[in-house]
Amino acid sequence: MRSLLTRPTIIIAASAALVLFMVILPLLNISIPGIFPGASYTPGTLQLLAYAMLIAALALSYHLLFGLAGMLSFGHALFFAAGAYGLGIVLRNFSPSWLPAGATFVAAILITVLIGFVLAAFVGSVSLRVTGISFAMVTLAFAQAGSVVVRRNPGGQTGGEEGLTLDVAQVPDALVGVLNTRNLYWLSLAVLVIVYLVVLWVEKSRAGHVVAATRENELRVRVIGIRPYFVRLLIFSIAGALAALAGAVFLLLQSGVSPRVATPDFTLTLLVIVVLGGVGLRWGAVLGAIVYTLLDQRLTALAGSEFIAGLPDLFRIPLSQPLFILGTLFILVVLFLPGGLAGLTRRLGQPRRPSRSNRERTVEAEELT
Amino acid sequence: MSTIVLLLITGLGLGALYFLVASGLSLIYGLMGVLNFAHGSFLTIGAFIGWEVARRLSDGSWWALLAAMLTGAVVGAVVAAATEYFLIRRLYNRHIEQVLVTVGLALASVALFEGIWGTDPTYVTSPSWLEQTTEILGARIPNNRFMLILVAVLVLVAIVLFLKFTRYGLIIRAGVENRAMVTALGIDVRRAFTLVFAIGGAAAGLGGVLASIYYGYVSAHIGGSLLIFAFIVTVIGGLGSLAGAAIASVLVAVLQQFANFYLGGTGDLAVVLALAAVLLLRPRGLLGAKS
Repeated sequence: MRSLLTRPTIIIAASAALVLFMVILPLLNISIPGIFPGASYTPGTLQLLAYAMLIAALALSYHLLFGLAGMLSFGHALFFAAGAYGLGIVLRNFSPSWLPAGATFVAAILITVLIGFVLAAFVGSVSLRVTGISFAMVTLAFAQAGSVVVRRNPGGQTGGEEGLTLDVAQVPDALVGVLNTRNLYWLSLAVLVIVYLVVLWVEKSRAGHVVAATRENELRVRVIGIRPYFVRLLIFSIAGALAALAGAVFLLLQSGVSPRVATPDFTLTLLVIVVLGGVGLRWGAVLGAIVYTLLDQRLTALAGSEFIAGLPDLFRIPLSQPLFILGTLFILVVLFLPGGLAGLTRRLGQPRRPSRSNRERTVEAEELT
Repeated sequence: MSTIVLLLITGLGLGALYFLVASGLSLIYGLMGVLNFAHGSFLTIGAFIGWEVARRLSDGSWWALLAAMLTGAVVGAVVAAATEYFLIRRLYNRHIEQVLVTVGLALASVALFEGIWGTDPTYVTSPSWLEQTTEILGARIPNNRFMLILVAVLVLVAIVLFLKFTRYGLIIRAGVENRAMVTALGIDVRRAFTLVFAIGGAAAGLGGVLASIYYGYVSAHIGGSLLIFAFIVTVIGGLGSLAGAAIASVLVAVLQQFANFYLGGTGDLAVVLALAAVLLLRPRGLLGAKS
């Protein structure tokens, strides 16, 4: 980290170049066989990349909870689902005549993000009364309740098991249809950049410092005279709002949403992504999301291939289940690669330095004193 | 009246299932501080292999059922002990990583079960008496509920006797109270860890066979869906408390049945609300120790 801080301009320039490259990618003709399903300007590839970027935005919001504040939440999918379903329901029911069509759409997205924030504030206010493992279980219970509500289809609003389809009446024409996947791609990229900047801002803010300190040693923070509850609640709510934003654009991208995104399993996938990328690092979360999404997509394609179908049962069954491979990979990362993929690159980059995080050192120092 | 009796006894039956899962979770958490997400997979594999054995013996006899239950318990115990030995032990005292490993195991194993046994539920044949009903106070109660309750009570009694009257039980109880002190007295707690996992796995595997009688089928997701309620039960009962888990299992299941019947199928939501209420009024659960 220290070496990065001495070269902030290089980092900013490199990030800007990367974003710029992502912006012009739909205008180029780049093919990477085995990773992209087609050339970079085709809707299929753009759809996949946009999906990966939204999952990256969601993973970043989860990083705020788990990486920064150290809160192991199993209910984060709830807010993503609230964003996706929320926007769908708002678009269907909210069409005031005094607003022009475009403004209605923007207002609907803002309302959705607000819903995410308020819902997270409510769930957080209850579940933050406990910490650690109990907190994990309570958020899991809330997520399960959300999943049940979505499946029960209250008032015919969520579409039950079949999911909700996007009502395009209020959506600008530029964001509808396969031919406009490019615009949705840019929108997803914008969401990822916005979420990244908000996460960065929160991390550098006073609230960010307080929750990071609470993660390391809650007792010390209390002794200084700060009550961690409200700061944690604030972070939890911001993460919820960001997840809702990602969910809202997810609805536009997929032109619909299925109850799968509300299940606790979806949160577990998120946890896998963040740990795979490297806990505590912003770009680790982004990297994890991109790698996971592409791997998931490619493994699914591999599972259906003739090569796999020709293998004996002993190899065919495990290899035809992408989640089995990803789960096993995840276990191996947790056991042998504590820093995740980001930790791996750092370790390769600086072989002589001990690859321990500051956090581990702090913990060790505390145990000594 | 007959409705209330029916709901009560059915609730007790469901509570029995919750207890079989939650007892292991609670013991494991109490002793080792590990939140075991793979516990649902112990249940599922116990159920699948138990019924594979039963099907090979004969369909629908009591002996086959008994064999299924024994096999389920043994398979659950072996898989759980292996999990502890090969995965959890390597991450000793790193609780978050331990949770993560069990999460990965849960995801991978469910996918593997789907690969082996398919995504469709496998229907099971149990002895015909279990599929009939008995009339009590005008309520027609499915007989399998009685068996669930009986087995859960037997498991509860067995675990309590084990904890109270054996040397390992003593070590486990002491370990739940204060692990550092037990270690300081020169006792190897790690063997107790494996043992607790094995006991929890056995209860879960047995619960798997019983759950498949309750639902009438086995599927790869049977463990995962029960696990969430078992988590709620352990939090409400107080983490680490066996008696708390038993009481909370019954309370949660009965509440769920009544809410499902009288409040238009809102049982799952009622349970979550109950959890929120317990946390607001008593964050450590009904019988949980003060932290």
